[in-house]
Amino acid sequence: MKSSLTNMVLVMLGITLVCSAAVGGVYTLTFDTIEQAKAQKLQSAYGEVLPAFDQLETTTVELAGQTLNVNIARMGQTIVGYAVESDANGFGGAIRMVVGFDAEGTVTGVKVLEQAETPGLGDLISKPASKVELSIVGRNPGKIKMAVTKDGGDVDALTAATITSRAYVNAVEKAFNAYLAQTQGAQATDGYSGATTQTNAEKKHQSGRKKKGGNNE
Amino acid sequence: MEFVFIIVGAIFVNNVVLSQFLGICPFLGVSNKVNTSVGMGAAVLFVMTIASIVVYLLQNYVLVPLGIEYMQTIVFILVIAALVQMVEIILKKLSPSLYQALGIFLPLITTNCAVLGVALLQVQKGYTMAESVVYSASTALGFALALVLFAGLRERLELNDVPESFRGIPIALITAGILALAFMGFSGVV
Amino acid sequence: MNKLKLITKGIIHENPTFVLLLGMCPTLGTTTSAINGMSMGIATMAVLILSNMTISMVKNIIPDKVRIPSFIVIIASFVTVVQLLMQAYLPALYETLGVFIPLIVVNCIILGRAEAFASKNRVGDSALDGLGIGLGFTMSLTLIGAVREILGSGSIFGFTFASQGMPLVFVLAPGAFLVLGYLMVLFNKFTAKKK
Repeated sequence: MKSSLTNMVLVMLGITLVCSAAVGGVYTLTFDTIEQAKAQKLQSAYGEVLPAFDQLETTTVELAGQTLNVNIARMGQTIVGYAVESDANGFGGAIRMVVGFDAEGTVTGVKVLEQAETPGLGDLISKPASKVELSIVGRNPGKIKMAVTKDGGDVDALTAATITSRAYVNAVEKAFNAYLAQTQGAQATDGYSGATTQTNAEKKHQSGRKKKGGNNE
Repeated sequence: MEFVFIIVGAIFVNNVVLSQFLGICPFLGVSNKVNTSVGMGAAVLFVMTIASIVVYLLQNYVLVPLGIEYMQTIVFILVIAALVQMVEIILKKLSPSLYQALGIFLPLITTNCAVLGVALLQVQKGYTMAESVVYSASTALGFALALVLFAGLRERLELNDVPESFRGIPIALITAGILALAFMGFSGVV
Repeated sequence: MNKLKLITKGIIHENPTFVLLLGMCPTLGTTTSAINGMSMGIATMAVLILSNMTISMVKNIIPDKVRIPSFIVIIASFVTVVQLLMQAYLPALYETLGVFIPLIVVNCIILGRAEAFASKNRVGDSALDGLGIGLGFTMSLTLIGAVREILGSGSIFGFTFASQGMPLVFVLAPGAFLVLGYLMVLFNKFTAKKK
């Protein structure tokens, strides 16, 4: 077909309109399903990282300017654990995860929700029972040195994926701090007062180590 | 510190061609001669840096406020195509000598998936304006580096007696594989 | 042209990966395993068939000068639709393929077929052409993915047969180039003999 200014503008306009409308339509149609799929993924992640529970209460914790979701899991009246949504910047972008803690602060499980790490190396963190996961689950982050062995810590890093492993450790540590803030808040109402200093010490500890990690890079 | 990390990461560790597999078509297509590959590298650097600024502004001041982030792909590819055209016209007017040098590579850039890929990745990584520009420019430099190195290797290959089934693209791919192996050494750097 | 030939030519004689050398980025980037390669192939095939049909339908009302931009808008729309559908119904797969889904837009196969075939032929033939080329692409990607998975992770379609001691390098970037290079050598040998 011959081109003239009128038909060029009209056709481009028409095509763009029809296409935008079609894409917009599909977006509206799939919106609910996409949200559902995301919610479902989160739900199943809670199930994986927590001990058996029958109700879940979601609260938020402010930590260094970031709002983290903390889910308190209860069996009947007793609190059996906490699932914290956390994240950190890895090698290829943000790593998002859910970390489960029991009532004492021991990690009961870690489930990576989103990551964009190098296939075959860094992306192994999202596989179940990865080396980093195994060296964190079952331990209390407050009682071990939360850093990869290369940085003098107690966590085994993935082979050839130190940055990814560091990010993983940072995200778990952030989740642990949120857990502390949450439980400390709960304890404070019960009359405990020593918790605040403990959290501050923990934070200082963390920032000191972060500087060291920076030098290593 | 953050910038150094982005620059080294984008040029060497996560080299756009050799480890992210973006821009393979021009990598294989325009890498016969060192001269042309330098031209292509420069054109990509030019377009990618400008595209990253435009894409950043569009994403944060148009798509996000309107809540239509899902139109990302369509908007970005159109912007890149329009941008390439514009750069071509402006260059022709302002600097004919530069146009002479880069001109023939510009149309090829629209279908260079590295440009769209980097635009999408910079949004995905949540970079700020300054970080986006540094990231895009470094990625383009990494692309140019890989292209020039590879062209040098291919010029040498021309002179060798290659078995018939290996001639052309297959031996080029195998060479690229070995080059990628060499670049993997950089992953220990950061 | 014979309808069956329209489909089969894409698999051997005009194989997009081994003969036409189109769409190299997803070919190398997403073939870390057989399943990933196959999924990427199918996603591309879906876009290819749909865009081929649409472009063939509207080819008579598009002025020559805005042909390419129009094609790009149509292709980009279908890619976004496929992306949204995958996000909704196959979220795990969507995450594995990552940035390569939106990059189907700049896959030269799709624009190439739109320009070379769909803009000159009828809707039915264009759909078959899309199917043929799409199948060829899917098969190549699955093959490359399978080879890399077997050599690199010691498994095939997710079934592990050797859990340790496999050279991981085949799953990583250099392996992609090497496997594709050597497969192409084999393909050349095979087709040369047939002639």
